[in-house]
Amino acid sequence: MAQFEPRIIAFLCNWCTYTGADLAGTSRLQYPPNVRIIRLMCSGGLDPVYVLKSVVEGADGVLIVGCHPGDCHYQSGNYKARRRFAILQSTLDMMGFEPDRVWLRWISASEGRYFADTVTQMVEFLKEKGPSPLKGVGAI
Amino acid sequence: MTVNAILAVEESAPETARALLGAMLEKGVVDALLVPWQLPAEDSVAPVLIHDPARLAEARVWSPVMPINAARAVSNLTATGNKPRLGAVLRPCEIRALVELVKLEQAALDNTLIIGLDCPGAYTVADYAELKRDGIDPTAELLSQAADASMTPHQGYQFRQGCRICERPVPEGAHVAVTLGLFGLEEGQMMVSASDGVAQTLELEEAGEPAGRRAAVNRLITARIQARDAAFAEFRERVGDVEGLLAEFSTCIRCHNCMINCPICYCKECIFRTATFDHASDVYYRWADRKGVVRMLPDTTLFHLTRLNHMVTSCIGCGVCTDVCPSDIPVATIFRTVGEKTQAIFDYTPGLNLEDEIPLAVFREDELGGLGERDSHQFQVVP
Repeated sequence: MAQFEPRIIAFLCNWCTYTGADLAGTSRLQYPPNVRIIRLMCSGGLDPVYVLKSVVEGADGVLIVGCHPGDCHYQSGNYKARRRFAILQSTLDMMGFEPDRVWLRWISASEGRYFADTVTQMVEFLKEKGPSPLKGVGAI
Repeated sequence: MTVNAILAVEESAPETARALLGAMLEKGVVDALLVPWQLPAEDSVAPVLIHDPARLAEARVWSPVMPINAARAVSNLTATGNKPRLGAVLRPCEIRALVELVKLEQAALDNTLIIGLDCPGAYTVADYAELKRDGIDPTAELLSQAADASMTPHQGYQFRQGCRICERPVPEGAHVAVTLGLFGLEEGQMMVSASDGVAQTLELEEAGEPAGRRAAVNRLITARIQARDAAFAEFRERVGDVEGLLAEFSTCIRCHNCMINCPICYCKECIFRTATFDHASDVYYRWADRKGVVRMLPDTTLFHLTRLNHMVTSCIGCGVCTDVCPSDIPVATIFRTVGEKTQAIFDYTPGLNLEDEIPLAVFREDELGGLGERDSHQFQVVP
């Protein structure tokens, strides 16, 4: 039986995180290919509807990443993302979806290694946890 | 400073209230009134805007029916342009919605006088109409229970779902200029508390807080809190996992009534009504190919989860959403239950006062420290 391969959707902010992911790439750091990266200008520009769409479509995990607090390219976008994430966690938990499938991380442009490690960590975590309970249910 | 006056009720409390509102118009306390008004068919009551005191004859304060959350009307009347001084007769949940709308910059209070009512509860629009057509006086029935605030609906009927679990049945807050009170009062009495200036113009005399009021209100609040907590517990039991979540919205037909009638959902262009969800035809075939089956039209669960994330921190629990759902989905219970936890994250009570900031409109540098840090998924960072 084929091993379950988790499908992760990752929302990366352009300035810190995407650059950090680029650094992982140019440094030829190996990390699992299970992640589908979507680039935003800022984590503060992430409307919960995009995370929820991923969840409802059966993504096994969602990774939301931005600049470290205090380092946001637009000053305060990541603070807003943090508040929205807190509400998102709470609503997912209340509505029967495991909130630990959606992660928030701060990763800077110089943290290529940390980005690779985070993806690796999430893939391992999800392999153990199993597929999303919404898989196969479709966007109904 | 507030003046607590007791007025003698001759015919009925609604009649006394109407006379007082007339005096407010005549004496220039307000230039116009937003007031509940009996419609010609006499089986419903809706808010109207009145300039002419003569048209107050059909005003019906305390009628137990709420076809819209009138905060939306106040928003329309105060959001733009020059406005005369408006007196808005509102239930507590409508006042709370208005407070949120002001903070969301969708209404203004600078030239508005909030006239709050002790709320005896309300029936659905259909139930109220049925009672009236059967020759019953639902207002008088409920007002006769106001002395001890026992508030039992007519035999064979229930109050609206939002009312059954409402633990804030009296107007609260410094922004409420006038309160028309009934709870805990003796037969033949009506309470009016008003700010100094208004009290003077209306010639109201200080009589102190009515003796039985606090006890009566607390009794009602206690009963409602019990009902509320039972509803929350029952919801959590029912929707604990994905099956429960999907089942909850299984009968949703995407009419969007809940969103359209919610006073807090003020977006002129909800994302779910835009071209974002108008997919090209071939997209559906591709999805069906990949997933095996695609509901037409999709995104029902997404709609509710998104609406929760967008507005639940400001949900004031008026329950109009449940009233208008054609599939009888208990939307108000869902939103209030999720609201309890999400609002608690920020220690926020929506609608309570104008100073508390909307959780999604502000942030602190120093808060929610665990979120985003290394390994944060391993702990319950949010209660």
